[in-house]
Amino acid sequence: MIENLLFELEMAAPQVILGLVNGAFYALLSLGLAIIFGMLNVINFAHGAQFMMGAFVAWMLLAWAGIPYWGALVLAPLIVGVFGVVIERTMIARLYKLDHLYGLLLTFGLALIIEGVFRNGFGSSGLPYAPPAAFNALNIDIPIMFLPGYRVWVVIASVLVCLATWLVIEKTKIGAYLRAATERPELVQAFGINVPRMMTLTYGAGVALAAFAGVLAAPIYSVNPAMGANFIITVFAVVVIGGMGSIMGSVVTGFGLGLIEGLARVVYPEASATVVFVIMAIVLLTRPAGLFGRG
Amino acid sequence: MADTAISVAAPDAVHEEAGLFGFTRAQALAFGVLVAFVLVSPFFLYPVFLMKVLCFALFACAFNLLIGYVGLLSFGHAAFFGMGGYIAGHTAKVWGLTPEIAIIGGGAVGAVLGLGIGWLAIRRSGIYFAMITLAMAQMVYFFCLQAPFTGGEDGIQQIPRGRLFGLIPLDTDFTLYWLVAAIFLGGFLLVHRVVHSPFGQVMKAVRENEPRATSLGYRTDDYKLLAFVLSAGLAGVAGGTKAMVFGIATLTDVHWNMSGEVVLMTLVGGLGTVFGPVVGAAVIVTMQNYLAEFGAWVTVIQGVIFVACVLAFRRGVVGEIGNLLKVRL
Repeated sequence: MIENLLFELEMAAPQVILGLVNGAFYALLSLGLAIIFGMLNVINFAHGAQFMMGAFVAWMLLAWAGIPYWGALVLAPLIVGVFGVVIERTMIARLYKLDHLYGLLLTFGLALIIEGVFRNGFGSSGLPYAPPAAFNALNIDIPIMFLPGYRVWVVIASVLVCLATWLVIEKTKIGAYLRAATERPELVQAFGINVPRMMTLTYGAGVALAAFAGVLAAPIYSVNPAMGANFIITVFAVVVIGGMGSIMGSVVTGFGLGLIEGLARVVYPEASATVVFVIMAIVLLTRPAGLFGRG
Repeated sequence: MADTAISVAAPDAVHEEAGLFGFTRAQALAFGVLVAFVLVSPFFLYPVFLMKVLCFALFACAFNLLIGYVGLLSFGHAAFFGMGGYIAGHTAKVWGLTPEIAIIGGGAVGAVLGLGIGWLAIRRSGIYFAMITLAMAQMVYFFCLQAPFTGGEDGIQQIPRGRLFGLIPLDTDFTLYWLVAAIFLGGFLLVHRVVHSPFGQVMKAVRENEPRATSLGYRTDDYKLLAFVLSAGLAGVAGGTKAMVFGIATLTDVHWNMSGEVVLMTLVGGLGTVFGPVVGAAVIVTMQNYLAEFGAWVTVIQGVIFVACVLAFRRGVVGEIGNLLKVRL
């Protein structure tokens, strides 16, 4: 009996943990989408492409400049974030007065361009990026499972960054401006705060979050041009399920759905790819605004 | 509402000239040119290329019915297009039924799928609507990847063209062309008729100001859903026809890239214009044909066109021409 249970656990535990790792990425990506959407009212379709850019920049830093993982973890989000700022200033800022759907179409086009350029430059087969050996110290080797230390780190890093973002938005002065400008941009501007610059920086920050997730993902998935496109649609479903009203909401939904996906892989593997979409359908039927959404 | 709405076509005049199928004089003229082109072109151009253009033109018209007249941006139309292809292929190849039944079957299944997805998606609007349709279409993609009847990565290959009504063999491209042309023109006129019916007027009212339409006593959700089902059904017909033309139905047609392509075609031609989707489809298919040798650069070029259209060219080709000539096309 107990042996049987142990066996079951041995089957299930790795998948569930894998789900948690995926959830870490869902949380980071949907957090960035939610911040951008809250401030700019733009759904950033290029989010997946910017995630992929983060991974590629980390790879380039290592291969071309010899900058190791830790440096990349700081530098890559900065570089991709600056790229985001340029995109916002030159293109997205021109669309604020139009229907929000134009922002979606523009960023979709940007995603095509970015992915196409990287596919031309690096092929579609994928490049290896080894995690630093130091993470082996975090390896979890217990009777029911073996978990590479790097994956433990991914979950920890994701939780820390999500928590930090939440703290900045909820507890600091900048966060208060941000929340106020999300609600009533004209009024905040009337108080002498440079709202357009806040929007630019918000977009840059959201993009930087995506790039950070990309660096985290580089050692796990092979660094390839399609890595973001595969993620982003699931992340959209996560965003619909959570509703974009709250920061914590998108983080909790991200991790939760990653776990559920992992469980589905144990119980009914055929459904693992679609379970998030099924949950989205159920949520739409019962709570159209999303689990944490407001109206 | 109106100035922020995604449709960039000129708002309809209150008193429209009533003509055949609700065409204005300029539109009737443009329609004449279109019909003449459809009739003459197969004598000069490669019929398979023309059939591809017509299939995508019908697909784009179906998509435009939603974005142009109801103001709903679906990012999941590949699901209906691709599924239509699979159903038509299966019907013709495995069940051995005639091509017209295969294509109608593709359209019917597209419509049923549209009923399900539309029923969910119309609960939200705007950006959420786009994300929901995208996610649901991705689910259809995974279904097609795993379901046995679609042939997974291989798709359904060597679909026989068969005999129309069991009588006319469609083996030559030239014969098949006339069937495809008839389907396209039929679909095009159907969309136009729907848009200019009382039903279509309510659709446009929903686009311009949904709360107002509701307050006038219209069940706007029913109108949105019916428009969605119609659009999905026509997309299914387009996909089924394409499968019959090329003899294959594959995952390419259900992939979200295809949803993006139909958005691009409609955007290039002109959102909410009558002839825009046709022109856009012709432009994009031609471009893909000529640029095929550049491989992955095609994606980059499509992205650049997307960005350029959104930033500087929101009326599209037909919208710009109409604006110059001061007519609605």
